[in-house]
Amino acid sequence: MQHLYRRIYADPEFHELELKRGRFSWLLSAILLISYFSFILIIAFAPQIFSVPIFEGSIITWGIPVGLFIILLSFLLTGIYIFRANNEFDQLTKDIIEHAKESGDA
Amino acid sequence: MRDYSFRLLALLFFTTPLFAADALHGEVARQPINITAITMFLLFVSATLGITYWAAKRTKSTKDFYAAGGSITGFQNGLAIAGDFMSAASFLGISGLVFASGFDGLIYSIGFLVGWPIILFLLAERLRNLGKYTFADAVSYRLKPIPIRSLSACGTLSVVLLYLIAQLVGAGKLIQILFGLEYHLAVVIVGILMILYVTFGGMLATTWVQIIKAILLLFGASFMAIAVMYKMDFSIEALFTNAVAVHDKGLSIMSPGGLVSDPVSAISLGLALMFGTAGLPHILMRFFTVPDAREARKSVFYATGFIGYFYILTFVIGFGAIVLLVNNPEFLDAETGGILGGNNMAAIHLAKAVGGEVFLGFISAVAFATILAVVSGLTLSGASAISHDLYASVIRKGQAVEGDEVRVSRIATIILGIVAIFLGIIFEQQNVAYMVGLAFAIAASVNFPILFLSMYWQKLTTRGAFVGGSIGLITAILCMIFGPTIWVDILGNEQAIFPYKHPALFSMSAAFIFILIISKLDNSQSAKDEADAFEDQYARSQTGLGAEGVANH
Repeated sequence: MQHLYRRIYADPEFHELELKRGRFSWLLSAILLISYFSFILIIAFAPQIFSVPIFEGSIITWGIPVGLFIILLSFLLTGIYIFRANNEFDQLTKDIIEHAKESGDA
Repeated sequence: MRDYSFRLLALLFFTTPLFAADALHGEVARQPINITAITMFLLFVSATLGITYWAAKRTKSTKDFYAAGGSITGFQNGLAIAGDFMSAASFLGISGLVFASGFDGLIYSIGFLVGWPIILFLLAERLRNLGKYTFADAVSYRLKPIPIRSLSACGTLSVVLLYLIAQLVGAGKLIQILFGLEYHLAVVIVGILMILYVTFGGMLATTWVQIIKAILLLFGASFMAIAVMYKMDFSIEALFTNAVAVHDKGLSIMSPGGLVSDPVSAISLGLALMFGTAGLPHILMRFFTVPDAREARKSVFYATGFIGYFYILTFVIGFGAIVLLVNNPEFLDAETGGILGGNNMAAIHLAKAVGGEVFLGFISAVAFATILAVVSGLTLSGASAISHDLYASVIRKGQAVEGDEVRVSRIATIILGIVAIFLGIIFEQQNVAYMVGLAFAIAASVNFPILFLSMYWQKLTTRGAFVGGSIGLITAILCMIFGPTIWVDILGNEQAIFPYKHPALFSMSAAFIFILIISKLDNSQSAKDEADAFEDQYARSQTGLGAEGVANH
């Protein structure tokens, strides 16, 4: 197994995949962390922002749709991630593994 | 208010302050024995014991016992993970919190949910590709197993025991209220059932108990939320308007109410919630029950969906409880004017208000089932730390015979269960609210840093991980002991030596800093070997080649 790992690690396509996937994961994490911590910091420092009604005369304040949006966002981001991972990344991974196995037989 | 936010964290996991306070002062009268609830609960118990019998016949190898043979699908595992998170505490605690203060309940729901996508993006696949049964497998992939597994086992067992005590004490009190059973009897029943599920059925039974309970809870909560919306003619405006009209805080339930006020506490709590989740051993273990990284990914997707949906339901249920219960004398305490049994009973009373006695019995039985499922998962994870990490790897140095390892894990389950029952009884009159907070802080300061760095940082060495992780563990415990919760509230000292209630910001930073410094200073040959082994580990963690699968069963 170890020689396969060596070959994979030496494969430039592997590093391309890993870079692509890494960038994607950190981008999605950043979107979520920024949204969540903005939410928390607004609550800690400027809660009045979330007390404003969503339209004149409504009982619903901005805090509620924003909160629900973060719940939806969490779900959407996981969905986006697995869609790309299950298609593009898994295919690339499969190619890289096959490549490593073939070059061993040659 | 700082104090309030800590207690709310704990509340979600059951050791509710309102509950605890009531029970401590003996104000909660035992209810008359509830026959409908007990009948439904007995149905659940017989069904789950049937599953355990079925699972026991399929549980032979270590892989069966720890990981259900790797045969669980992503969807099933997603439900089971959601089940681990939808504890009776989040159901009763969050709806009770919404009932008491409206919008603030949402803040906590969100804090618990956002950890999940992060686990997916950064940990789940690599963990699945590297590990076998416990997260320590992944950490010791290139680091020395003996020190790493000893430390991981300490982290796991501390988290599991603290969490178990908190759950059992909460369970005893809840059951006393719901079923009219005596506290000790309730703790013993929960303890014995959890020992049975885990000892005989291993991960397979534990997973199915968790799945069934998750479905029942989602069904019950959906029914309640729909019933509430039906009464409001499906108008959100009407729900909020009616709630504001009857709630004594009026319009302020629609806005943040000072739950998170001080930035240090806010950040510390946020870190504990988010990264504690990513370090909880019973949650991490769930990723080994699926056949591959693809299914592991899917399980997080489904889990996030179910948990998010569930939290939206609890929000509606909380507001529905305000509308339907506040002015209804049937559910009010004649003396105090508050709700019978405290705010955490809001969802239970609402069940009766919208579905009558039968539905009340159903929801009570589901709450009991929920506790059982959660403690079973915890016990299994503690038992695996003992048998897989300590016995097989540290004592037997990786030479354990498979049959022996399974036997040891069964014995460990029984011992852990008995210890938990005893501790549950000893702590009956104690304030255990800090225990869940401490468990999250330890998970975020020991398990998470070593797991994360072992996957992402080539220069991590055994020495760095061991010393830094131990410092994280000790810091979390000391900050907690000398902090306001234990030093002042429990031990009765005047002034806290460590001023904050949430240690995670400090203990997690200490762990990361010491791991980084000591690994950097480590010039030993083994440190070099460990860095060299990173490339292989990296190739495996990214491709899944050579990972544990169903195939090599």
